[in-house]
Amino acid sequence: MEFILLIISAIFVNNVVLAQFLGVCPFLGVSNKVSTALGMSGAVVFVIVLATMVTYLIHTYVLIPLGITFMQTITFILVIAALVQMVEIILKKISQPLYQSLGIFLPLITTNCAVLGVAILVIKKDYNLLEGVVYGAATAIGFGLALVILAGIREQMELADVPSGMKGVPISLVTAGILALAFMGFAGLV
Amino acid sequence: MSQMQNFTKGFLKENPILVLVLGTCPTLATTSSALNGMGMGLATTFVLIGSNVVISLMKNVIPDKVRIPAFIVVIATFVTIVDQVMQAYVPSLYETLGIFIPLIVVNCIVLGRAEAYASKNTVWSSFVDGAGMGLGFTGALGVLGAVREILGSGAIAGFKFIEGDGILVFILAPGAFIALGYLIAIVNRINKA
Repeated sequence: MEFILLIISAIFVNNVVLAQFLGVCPFLGVSNKVSTALGMSGAVVFVIVLATMVTYLIHTYVLIPLGITFMQTITFILVIAALVQMVEIILKKISQPLYQSLGIFLPLITTNCAVLGVAILVIKKDYNLLEGVVYGAATAIGFGLALVILAGIREQMELADVPSGMKGVPISLVTAGILALAFMGFAGLV
Repeated sequence: MSQMQNFTKGFLKENPILVLVLGTCPTLATTSSALNGMGMGLATTFVLIGSNVVISLMKNVIPDKVRIPAFIVVIATFVTIVDQVMQAYVPSLYETLGIFIPLIVVNCIVLGRAEAYASKNTVWSSFVDGAGMGLGFTGALGVLGAVREILGSGAIAGFKFIEGDGILVFILAPGAFIALGYLIAIVNRINKA
């Protein structure tokens, strides 16, 4: 039950993009087409789950015993960068089709603040490893959900007559705002 | 380009948020009031100037192949300094900005300036570039924060001038997206004219 609440809260109520503002750059950048949005979401779920696990272990078994938790930011970002690079190399070796669909998004993910954000939040909220991983996965799914919905809307919007000054980023932001408004309706759920 | 132009290009013509649309996450998250926005902007400015200067100093020492990880280490060092200093001297602001202080490290503006400017230019121009871009960022955050605060609660910098509640949605998440959208549209219009 506790996990179900955690998952619903992370996907809908505290949606990572629309309520917590993490990962807005890729949210605006790769939401032109539904197919790319799906690819990006897949890659993000994969990396966030892995990164949460690794950073949690490093925090608990390296940083805390050595008493250097102030090194958190610098350690986490390096770990995430190395991890993303490693995932890219491994994927290239073992699964060409998967690499073709996720590969191009991987370098972008290092600077996706959702990854580092979730890693830090898991530590801040004092989750244990299992809760942390579930929270990470649910957050990533929430990111994917928001991304795919926005991509769907933007595909339709290609046909709409948008005023010239509002074309591109501004209209996407306003659309995202309305989407965030809709997601606020979930607030009573948990 | 003169140093003056170099300094002012970040204000409007190449404003990191309003024209280049980089670093949107802290922009949206920390601008629920003008002061919070400015605080975030100044923290980022410090990191931007520090990393620009150090990277420009080390540009001949860092091998080309590992330059991105090297830049990230330099940036993360300055972020850690800001994090510690703010926690010690402005704990209430630190509490409000929360997770977005450590997240300066993945702010695309900082790495973007390191890669596009500081790694190719002299120390002094990199300093000017960092200061200009940082102030442009701070200004944009301040304006967005002021707009949201005025519309959302009828107050500016905590000083209330309208009785009762404002349009509450502007303080909440959706208002951030909508206000930034219209702000970018306005700046587009100004830059085109």
